[in-house]
Amino acid sequence: MSEPAIETRALTKRYGRTLAVDGLDLRVAPGEVFGLLGPNGSGKTTTILMLLGLTEVTSGSARVFGLDPARQPLAVKRIVGYLPDSVGFYDDMTARENLRYSGKLAGLTAEALEARISAVLERVRLSDRADSAVRTFSRGMRQRLGLAEVLLKSPRVAILDEPTSGLDPQSTHDFLDMIRGLKADGITVLLSSHLLGQVQAVCDRVGLFYRGRMVLEGTVEALAERVLGGGWRIEVEAEGGDGFDEPLARIAGVQRIERRGAGGFTVSAARDVRAEIAAAAAACGAKLLGLAMQRPSLDEVYTAYFREMAHAA
Amino acid sequence: MRREGSLWTGVGTVFAKETADHLGSVRLWFLEGLILLAAGGAVYAAISRIRDSVGQDPFLFLSLFTLAREPLPSFVVFLGFLVPLVAIALGFDAVNGEHARRTLSRVLAQPIYRDALLIGKFLAGLATLAIAFVTLWLLVIGLGILMTGLAPSGEEVVRGFAFLLVTVAYGGVWLAVAMLFSVLFRQQATSALAALSVWLLLSVFWAMIAPLAAEALAPAGAGPFAELERARLQLAIARVSPNVLFGEATLAILNPATRALGPVFFAQLEGAVLGAPLPVAESLLLVWPQATGLVAAVILAFTVAYVLFQRQEIRA
Repeated sequence: MSEPAIETRALTKRYGRTLAVDGLDLRVAPGEVFGLLGPNGSGKTTTILMLLGLTEVTSGSARVFGLDPARQPLAVKRIVGYLPDSVGFYDDMTARENLRYSGKLAGLTAEALEARISAVLERVRLSDRADSAVRTFSRGMRQRLGLAEVLLKSPRVAILDEPTSGLDPQSTHDFLDMIRGLKADGITVLLSSHLLGQVQAVCDRVGLFYRGRMVLEGTVEALAERVLGGGWRIEVEAEGGDGFDEPLARIAGVQRIERRGAGGFTVSAARDVRAEIAAAAAACGAKLLGLAMQRPSLDEVYTAYFREMAHAA
Repeated sequence: MRREGSLWTGVGTVFAKETADHLGSVRLWFLEGLILLAAGGAVYAAISRIRDSVGQDPFLFLSLFTLAREPLPSFVVFLGFLVPLVAIALGFDAVNGEHARRTLSRVLAQPIYRDALLIGKFLAGLATLAIAFVTLWLLVIGLGILMTGLAPSGEEVVRGFAFLLVTVAYGGVWLAVAMLFSVLFRQQATSALAALSVWLLLSVFWAMIAPLAAEALAPAGAGPFAELERARLQLAIARVSPNVLFGEATLAILNPATRALGPVFFAQLEGAVLGAPLPVAESLLLVWPQATGLVAAVILAFTVAYVLFQRQEIRA
């Protein structure tokens, strides 16, 4: 297997007597978009700071493309772009000047820098505001400027901390599109958020944080299967199928059938059983009117998981 | 633990940006204006007194800096008072300002060490102070040439230059102290007030505290030796204040007749021609401890700030 983009082993951070991150084992493959999910204060930002070498590791290890952030922080920071939670800029400087400063700190040469700045500003659609003071920027524009800074040094890994919190729906949508663009460029993305719907929309895999531990990890579907019991939810609408639920229940993989009014069912299944449902409908002479798959929402997984935790406690 | 890469990476970039910020800031121009006004008045007053003594004083230009006419204090006294203000204004929000603007984690995520940010900021502040003082110094000398019609001698230029260096070191102390408070406190208002309190304590109240402290600490007893002991202790306590060090250093540099900066026995004055000027080298030797003390204070304050900053958590 190829070298992982990000790998931590038993990574632990202790502030005084509180454990902020507790024995974290994380592995993110190159090119993957990984979502760190969890309530505020569950250790997401601390994990990110340790990956960047900005805070010291209490025990365990972290590697970014094989580099140790504690010992080779400059090498790590050269290949990692970081967008902090509620990013700030020098308000009296223009967007271009802010990027120029970061670019120089990142060690880009003067000639390469100017062209690169124009390119990244174009990419985050801020070209027309490149020479206005950042003071006049909206939150969404600042966030996009932050992404431009991440792109500026052509990183192999982009770490985005709560990139969409506080954005309006349209800006959020635009921003998520840009994150998909990163993936298309082959950049590994580590995204932290407490907004589940958005993470679900862009992430290949997610890890659920709770009190410094990663309690669940996997694709959204896999998590749904583990927590909700059934990974797939299929809405069936059929006419004249009175005895329809019996053949449905016989389909392998179906876990639960709920009746919703006349001729409507919600089927929970461990796999995609749409074809079998259509065949069963044809066999018993029912008219199939609708067959829609509902992707399990991370929200449901999340609430179900924390309800479980609360019961267990 | 050995770390790779140089801690100087990025110092130049930070230095250039911070210097540009300082030189363009309203804050600095405001204080510069204040100094210029105060210094201009003091020098003008000094020149009007110099006119009476032209031909008698071999160090005419140096007396531009030191002569005072009631009710104005001399240029040097003004500087001793105002330089700390400028230095504090340049440094009090160095680190906590980055926190407040939420730019710190973004800047430190670039491939530089924290050292580069602090060193770059400190050097930028020092350079700004140096630029401001050199300008002021040249203005004063120019004013002197214009109004007296004389040119400064070589020795006066050397002494004036030494005075300039001591002034920058003195400003450096307060810059480092202000930056230390900017690391220590998250609120910019708190760090500004803390730095100003220390400045007030050391520049105004220290002169009153030192004799009292010496009296309390010195061994009791009468007689000339106990008296001498007390005087020495008082001087040692007073010299904790950078203002006292600056005052002594400028006195010896700008007033060539100064022979000692402490108690002197009559026996030591035997054969001395009182009032005769010392050569430059002797004067510089005399202020060497004071100058070293100022530089040491800069290093001390900066080191403490540095260590605290290295240990500080970046997250808000």
